[in-house]
Amino acid sequence: MAEKLIGTDIAPQDLVAKITGRARYAEDFRADGMVFTKLLLSPMPHARVRGVDATRALAMPGVIDILRADEVRQVEGRPAEASLTDEPLYEGQPILAIAAETEEQAAAAIEAIEVDFEPLPFVLDPLDSLRPNGPNAYTGGNRFGGGEFSELKWTDADFEEIEAGRMPNGEAAVEWTKGDIDAAFSESDLVLEESIVHQSLTHHPMEPRSSMMYWENGKLHAFVSTQSAQRTKYAIAGMLNIDPEDVILVAEYCGGGFGSKISGNTHMEVPAVFSRKIGRPVMLRITRYEENYIGRARPGFQSWLKMGFMADGTCNAIDLYIVQESGPFGAGDFNTAGMIADLVYTPQNMRFRGIAMYCNTPPKAAQRGPGGAQIVIMMEPILEKAARELGLDRLEVHLKNAPDADVGFGPRNSTLTSVFAKEALEKGAEIFDWAGKQELSGRREGSKVTGIGIGLSPYTAGSRGYDGLMVIRPDGKLYVHQGLGNLGTHSIMDTARPAAEILNLNWDQVELVWGDSSRGMPRSSVQAGSQTTHAHSRANHAAGMDARAKVLEVAARTLGGSPSDYDMDNGRVFRRGGGASMTFAQVAERAIELGGKYDGHELPDNIHATTVPAANILAGQGLMGVARDNYGGSGGVYTWVAGFALVELDEETGVVDIKEYVGVTDCGTVLHPRSLSAQVLGGSVQGMGQAMTQRWVFDPKWGVPFANRLYTARPPGILDVPLDMKADAVGIPDPQTPVGAKGIGEPPVGAGGAAVTSAVADALGGRCLCRTPLTPDIILAELEGLDKPFHLEQHIG
Amino acid sequence: MAEAESAGLLETKYSRRKFIKSVIAVGATASSAGYFIGSSGLGAQAVPGTVERLITLTVNGQQRRVDVLPNETLAMTLRYRLNLTGTKLGCDRAECGACTVLIDGVNQYGCSMLTHQVRGSSITTIEGLENPDTGELSLVQQAVLEEGGFQCAFCAPGFIMSMTAMVNENPNPTRAEAAHALSGNLCRCGDYDKILNCAMRAAELARSV
Ligand code: FES
Ligand code: FES
Repeated sequence: MAEKLIGTDIAPQDLVAKITGRARYAEDFRADGMVFTKLLLSPMPHARVRGVDATRALAMPGVIDILRADEVRQVEGRPAEASLTDEPLYEGQPILAIAAETEEQAAAAIEAIEVDFEPLPFVLDPLDSLRPNGPNAYTGGNRFGGGEFSELKWTDADFEEIEAGRMPNGEAAVEWTKGDIDAAFSESDLVLEESIVHQSLTHHPMEPRSSMMYWENGKLHAFVSTQSAQRTKYAIAGMLNIDPEDVILVAEYCGGGFGSKISGNTHMEVPAVFSRKIGRPVMLRITRYEENYIGRARPGFQSWLKMGFMADGTCNAIDLYIVQESGPFGAGDFNTAGMIADLVYTPQNMRFRGIAMYCNTPPKAAQRGPGGAQIVIMMEPILEKAARELGLDRLEVHLKNAPDADVGFGPRNSTLTSVFAKEALEKGAEIFDWAGKQELSGRREGSKVTGIGIGLSPYTAGSRGYDGLMVIRPDGKLYVHQGLGNLGTHSIMDTARPAAEILNLNWDQVELVWGDSSRGMPRSSVQAGSQTTHAHSRANHAAGMDARAKVLEVAARTLGGSPSDYDMDNGRVFRRGGGASMTFAQVAERAIELGGKYDGHELPDNIHATTVPAANILAGQGLMGVARDNYGGSGGVYTWVAGFALVELDEETGVVDIKEYVGVTDCGTVLHPRSLSAQVLGGSVQGMGQAMTQRWVFDPKWGVPFANRLYTARPPGILDVPLDMKADAVGIPDPQTPVGAKGIGEPPVGAGGAAVTSAVADALGGRCLCRTPLTPDIILAELEGLDKPFHLEQHIG
Repeated sequence: MAEAESAGLLETKYSRRKFIKSVIAVGATASSAGYFIGSSGLGAQAVPGTVERLITLTVNGQQRRVDVLPNETLAMTLRYRLNLTGTKLGCDRAECGACTVLIDGVNQYGCSMLTHQVRGSSITTIEGLENPDTGELSLVQQAVLEEGGFQCAFCAPGFIMSMTAMVNENPNPTRAEAAHALSGNLCRCGDYDKILNCAMRAAELARSV
């Protein structure tokens, strides 16, 4: 019997390459005659380029050429990012590029360029933009709708409310309600109201977004760092307005993206266009400093939250207003935050209002658990306070409010395929020993106080309808073609397991083909929003079933009888009860002889148009399994993570030491336990950084960020997290998907962050600091009774 | 001997052309002519190209002759002149450890030392860990493979070099000591728990040989 693959630990096939230095990331590729390009970044948060004098630069040794904004794609008249611009909207936005024989020469030339900038008004804090007579991020205004810019300002009265720490009533861009919040609040036994600031924070994947490109025989060879390979090929083709089949995308490894490289990135255009212009391969090596600016960030919130509770802990009403810092080009987090608040606490009566404001800050993009991570990190301390005031246990309060599978949430009463949040809470509480740890809560040793906390975090974790593509070749092996990106979640490997199991193959009979579009990539989901495990375990399941049916048919056509007379194991198809058999190698040869659908010369008509060229590359090479995921299903696919943390807060220094952490997930069937744990804990660690350390500071006078490197807005290091962390899974399959597996990437971030903010609130005796990140100065300010300003850009004045 | 040779002497011994030929003959590829790191691209003063010198480095047990600028960092020499791209650049500025290499057995940031500083030292990169004769993985690499270490693995070469230094110095660390030994390396995927499992397993393997 072939081995069981789903649910076992198998080292990913690419691990040896990764640990020997042979794995090639974008900046590791070289090409003959390769030159370097360097970007000139705007020194101002908002400006207009009046003139550029590059005469001196272009005469410098080694300098080849300059690339200006008018040579790249520009979308006029609406907030849209271009790779180079003459109207920078944030400090660090690329203005132009220089190519030279060496990077040193390109950098020297950049310094020799004279740019005449006209400084324009800028805004860093969305509330400043809403203030009467406040500055706008764009010259045309601060809001965009119906094809034009306009101005939206709140009133002085709104700002009086804000100054008094109360929820304002200024015009919102989005508003929805369910139930009757006023009636509900009047029935609540406890109503808590807080104003909360959650800062923006940079994604900072370890690998900056470097890329190298060249053109050969009219085709673009693009070596990039991207989360999603197949979709990035099309993104590049769209960006350059060329035939997608003229893009050879090479993206074998990606050193992290976390939402910042979903289908590549805007600035890939620079080496592509520059290389076409000068006829040489061009390397754009992005430094960490540049990454800080162009590398995307999670949007910050200024918000007001009112929650009503009944004496038994039931949350009966939520009123939430979020003002979002959207950077120059917008982001959607705030909408999701409203949905997630409703989903976690199921209040039945809710009002959500939100407005996203353009700001002259680095561009925003989805960052792992976009919107969801922010809101649970913000809300969990309030739950701590409520439980304390009601004399209840936080676990009980969560269990009381967490939804079941029949939940309907958000403005459209959205439904889910499955929910095992309570099971995750219970299992986590058991591993963490929540009951036993109660007595540690508030324990004091010298200046250190212990706190414990819970973070419950759901997020979308799946999509449907993508294609699977695989070939059994005459060497007898199954080649699973993946159009996904290889960014370290291992799902690019693990989602092939269902197909291997369907064909009863051992793992060493399976080869993964990925990272090079010329080898054939089926239509794939973007590797974002934790879709992949769900989407592609289904797609590969479907294609695996197709391959299985064809193997049986080939056997019957060759050896007689009907397909149902046959079975397969370990690379051999045989007649049940003994008799004739064929190896998969023979099956592959025979499939090629038979042609038609067997070897991919005839394709199913329901596969996506962009799978067809990939399948055409592979036609005739063996027995092809190709199919669209038609398994269907209704409702959103959500994964849950319940995080539990124990912290020690030093009241003298304001430093918080995270001592213990447990994360338990409801993610359906577990494909690969060790990688799952890594996702749960790694995501939780990112949440800890979001909640505790990664702070942005701007100079409000000039609008430039001070915290623009890793050490100034530091993600957690190995000493910042517990020495031993534990992860586990509920392990109940999702009933609506054949493999039962849901994704995992997003929700641990909120769980890790919220468990810690909740534990800090506990250590402080139920005080909500309502600021993120909880850096020592914030904690000390709270302990000393100082004001915490409501700014996004400074965090503390 | 290499460090004693002045660039001038070398230049008389080897014409540049001959040198390039010999480099190609030994299979090394210096993919770009000259290279400089140091410009942030914004505000920083880029020093225009100064004169390259031909020096000899001992990398992964081999003598490598290479043209180097006075202000060139070791990480750049390794990546762009010797094509040893396993050493990664995550920050260029001593913040992340992705560029960690061993200099005479000590883990150091390759981005933050000049190549000229390490003439005469023995440099080990991630590419030099496998047994050159058998291709067998080093104990640390073996441990990482067993534990399924790392996610995106962009940090992996740096961590593996630090783990290598750690097991040589202290093959019997506590988990806390291992964390301390690895604290100069950042993993943005937050894979620390598994990384510590790898380090502890590596130490265990080191003790058993
Ligand atoms: S690249 Fe050297 S420490 Fe980051
Ligand atoms: S595994 Fe991605 S940075 Fe460490």
